[in-house]
Order: sequence, then C-alpha cells, then structure tokens
Amino acid sequence: MEHIKELLYKMADDALIIGHRNSEWTGLGPTLEEDISFSSMAQDKVGHALNLYQILNEQHGEADPDALGFKREEKNFKSCHLVEYPIHGITKTEDGGLASTSGGYDFSLIRQFLFDHAEYARYMALTESTYRPLANFAKKVKGEIKYHIIHADTWIQQLGNGSEESHARMQNALNEVMPLALGIFEEGDFEGQLISDNTFIGEKALKEKWLEDITPIIERSNLKMPNIGSLEPALGGRKGYHTEHLKFLLDEMTEVMALDPRAEW
Amino acid sequence: MYPNMKNLEKNIWSTLEQVKDPEIPAISVVDLGMITKVDIDGSKNVKVTMTPTFAACPAIEVLQQSIKKQIQDNIQKLGVNSVTVDVTYDTQWDSNRITPKGKQILKKFGLAPPPIHHGDIDSEILQNVPCPYCDSTNTVMKSTFGSTLCRSIHYCNSCNQGFEQFKPVA
Repeated sequence: MEHIKELLYKMADDALIIGHRNSEWTGLGPTLEEDISFSSMAQDKVGHALNLYQILNEQHGEADPDALGFKREEKNFKSCHLVEYPIHGITKTEDGGLASTSGGYDFSLIRQFLFDHAEYARYMALTESTYRPLANFAKKVKGEIKYHIIHADTWIQQLGNGSEESHARMQNALNEVMPLALGIFEEGDFEGQLISDNTFIGEKALKEKWLEDITPIIERSNLKMPNIGSLEPALGGRKGYHTEHLKFLLDEMTEVMALDPRAEW
Repeated sequence: MYPNMKNLEKNIWSTLEQVKDPEIPAISVVDLGMITKVDIDGSKNVKVTMTPTFAACPAIEVLQQSIKKQIQDNIQKLGVNSVTVDVTYDTQWDSNRITPKGKQILKKFGLAPPPIHHGDIDSEILQNVPCPYCDSTNTVMKSTFGSTLCRSIHYCNSCNQGFEQFKPVA
C-alpha cells in the first residue's frame, strides 16, 4: 500500500499548503469578491487535505490528521514547489534577493488556474480508481473544484483580453509560473505500481490531459502558451526537497500548536 | 422488513427532519439530501448514514452530534435501543439531492434554490438565476463564491437587490 500512501500524501500536502497560501488573501483581495473567492477556495483546500489525511489515518494507520498537518518535519512533506511560493510571487531584486511584486494577484491567479486545472483532471481520473476510498472522495470533490476552475477561467479571460497592462501582467505571470506548475507532475517512487493496479492514470497522462484543458483557455485569453518542451520543471518537492519558503510557512502555520500542543478551541 | 420496522424507519426519518442546518436554520438535513441511509438491525440498533454537502463544511461534526442527540432524546418514544451516525462518501452529495420541499424552503429563506443539473456545472447555469424575491431572470452572477461554501452572489436588475444562490453542485 506504499504506493497509495505516496499518492495520498502528495495530494494532501499540496491541498494544505495551497490552502494556507490562498488564505493569505483574506482581507487583502483586490476586490471584495476576490477576497471571498480566495478565502473560500482556501477553505475548500484545507478541507480536502483533512479528508485525505483522514484516509491515511483510518485506512493506512498513519498519525491523526492534526499530527500529519501540523507536526511533520519539512522534509517529510511531499508538496510541489508551485504551492509553496508566497502569494506575491517570485520576482528577484537586482541583488538576487526575493521581492514582492505589486500585489501579486497576477501570480496567485495564474497559479490558481494552473494548479486547479491539474487538480480537477486528477480527481476526474480518480473517480475511476480501483482504490475505493479515494474514488468515492473524488466523485464528491470534483464538483467543488469545478467552481475553482470556473473562477480561474473567468478571470484569466477577462484580464487576458483586458487592458494592455492586465494582458502583460497575465502573460508575465504565465511565463513565470509555468516551470513551477510542471513540477506538479514529478513522479514518485511508486508511479509504476499506481498505474499498473489502476489506482491512478499516472503523472504523464495527467499532464497531457492538463495541457489539453488549459490550452484553449489560454488561447481564448489572448495569451501565448510558453514553449513547454524548453522549460525546466521545478522538481524535488515530491522527494522532500523544498523551496526555502516552505519552512517559513510551516513555522507560521504551526505557531499556535507549537506554543501549546494541547490547546483546544 | 416487518411492518412495525417499516413504521419505525418512517418515524426515524421524521425525527431527523427536526435537525436543521446550522447555517440555514430553516432547512432540515433530510430536505438537504444529506441523509443517505437509515439502517435498523433486529435489536433495534439504528445506524444513520450521512454525507457532507461540502468536504470542508465546518458544520459536519456539529450535525453528526445533533443527529445523534435528536434520536437519543426520542429513544423511548421511538422504541430504539441505540444510535450511531456515520459520515461517509459512499453516496456522494450533489445539489440534485435537495428535495422539492427543500427548494421551496430555501427560496422562502431568501436563497435562490439550485436548478437541476445534468452531471456537470458550467458558467452558463450560473447566469440569469431567478431572483428569490421577484422571480425575475434579469439577474447577473457577481461571484461564484459567497458568504458560505454553498452560496454564490448574484444581483437582480429588476428589483435592484443583491441575493445569494444555493449553488448547483454536480
């Protein structure tokens, strides 16, 4: 069952970390509706993480969901690099440091678009999984993630076809985020087994489906698809090698529990 | 099933109708379509199976407890021995599970009820949602996300009011 655990962990960790990141828009959204949207999507993701950690706990004897989310070391997380970046993106300053771009909504929106299309395709594929607990959960969750896709597709098209500035910012963000997004599809050690026993279609097939889904939206948004073949995917996350941002995120997220591990509210 | 068991099951379903959604206190868990099964064994041990409307719904545990309590408070009247409440995704909730009565209740509460969907949701179905106040379809969708996970935000151009819809979910 190691192969199923591997799949559950990477899905749960992606959901928890992107959920935490999207929640950072609460109170800061560029419009009230966007504030609410990113906050709602964050709530969905953290809930999905909880459900996946519950499957790990109940079906595979792993620790309880709180411990899995809040008490694991950074190297044991299997999240991809895409979800780890702060909401303002990854612009480098002249001296090579990292700096916040103006607001960073463009980065967050493109990340949401690329990540959620991958999630949707993943859960759609998992509705056919031979692993029943995940198939049942996928049948439920696909309908929720559909709303995340509608959100992303609506805004990408609006802004891609909007002003010169909004178009340029969408294109820049797309170029910037694409190598990170390709890291979603990094294969784990048990990829072959996941495919051979029909637990999952595998990351290669998922990536193909994802490209099929996002390409027409990118075209309709008047944006140019980066040359995927020439990009170097941001790999390592699935093996426990993370960006420098994950440690900060985990420290902040677990601050209360670290102060008082037995606190209840 | 013996006739008296059939009756017991019916009584349990009507007892469950007393349990309301904490976020929309007008509607019961039964009319929302959250209860997927009521099992009664030979010793009258009752197992209620429920399924969440949204995986991240913060009310799931509260509802599980209230369902249990509702049956327990009526344990003698119902003549049952014990009650357990399971939460599973074996049957998955979607908005087509809301009963016609439930949709009436939502509308009266001021929430546009979700239309019947055919297995998928697209942005089309979210446009021109009938206004729960004046029934006009001259409305626009403002945001696919609202004050709770199950609501979207709309505006009615006829009576110039904002309103929320209980989202269709496939």
